[in-house]
Amino acid sequence: MKMELIQPFINSADAVLSEALACETRIADVNMEEETYRRKGVAALIEITGDIEGRIVFDIDPPTATQVAAHLAGGEVEGSDDLVRETACELANMVIGNAITSLNDQGFRFKISPPELHTADHGLSGSEETEALVMCFETDKGSLYMNIAMHYNRRRKEERAATVNA
Amino acid sequence: MEQFAPLVRSKDSKPVRYLIVDDSIFARKNIAKMIESFGGEVVGEAGDGCTAITEYERLHPDLVLMDITMPQMEGIEAAERIVRQHPEARVVMVSSVGYQENIVAALQKGARHFVQKPVKADVLYEVVRYVMGEEVLTPAGTAAGAK
Repeated sequence: MKMELIQPFINSADAVLSEALACETRIADVNMEEETYRRKGVAALIEITGDIEGRIVFDIDPPTATQVAAHLAGGEVEGSDDLVRETACELANMVIGNAITSLNDQGFRFKISPPELHTADHGLSGSEETEALVMCFETDKGSLYMNIAMHYNRRRKEERAATVNA
Repeated sequence: MEQFAPLVRSKDSKPVRYLIVDDSIFARKNIAKMIESFGGEVVGEAGDGCTAITEYERLHPDLVLMDITMPQMEGIEAAERIVRQHPEARVVMVSSVGYQENIVAALQKGARHFVQKPVKADVLYEVVRYVMGEEVLTPAGTAAGAK
């Protein structure tokens, strides 16, 4: 997967997590997924359509998700699973939305779907067409993961090039 | 949460009435907390564009804070429909997806301003003051838009 597609997600995660969680973040790990993705805990899925297509899973292990939700809600959220899930979705929305903003401003045209809870234990596996990359971000509240599987939409790119050249 | 000097309507000195539109309950709660810190009143909430239109008709809020990416009907279309029916409506888009094309589209469809998520309370406060203009009194007792 090209770095030009990945860097905005790293920058966005760093900025949004630092701001929202009021703590320092660092990238602990970046891996290409060779096997099928296994969900870590509370996960939100966002689909991408346009010049680039694919999906991103934003994943937080349960204890971290509870801590993050409590921090953002400004109080205890023990036993409020809905609020914890909502938090994962909204955090995913902010991180991925900011990255998409950056990529759109670079000239890529695509949209994202509203975040949905990803409840399956396994996500998509990587392939030649859809490479999957897993990033782990460490924060004071614990670790958060982003699994990105996306590819260039060649047909869309050719159509846009034809429109520009016409 | 940081407390702000309360903003009140200049016509009757009552709190500014807000409608919050976002498919995330968490995001709505977060924005509602900020509005409370501005001295405002959340009169309604909606989780999609269709409900936002219905709620606007029912409540006639002073200000609508509208997410963009939502199920059923997106925020820009909902803003356009509200403003078409009520040209005086004040709609501020609040979204994590803030690329230029999106912002321009929202403004062309009648939105008054755009706030990028994660929302900072001080930024939202200034946007509310700017968008409400002379309809809201600042702490000093002058209209926000007055020179």
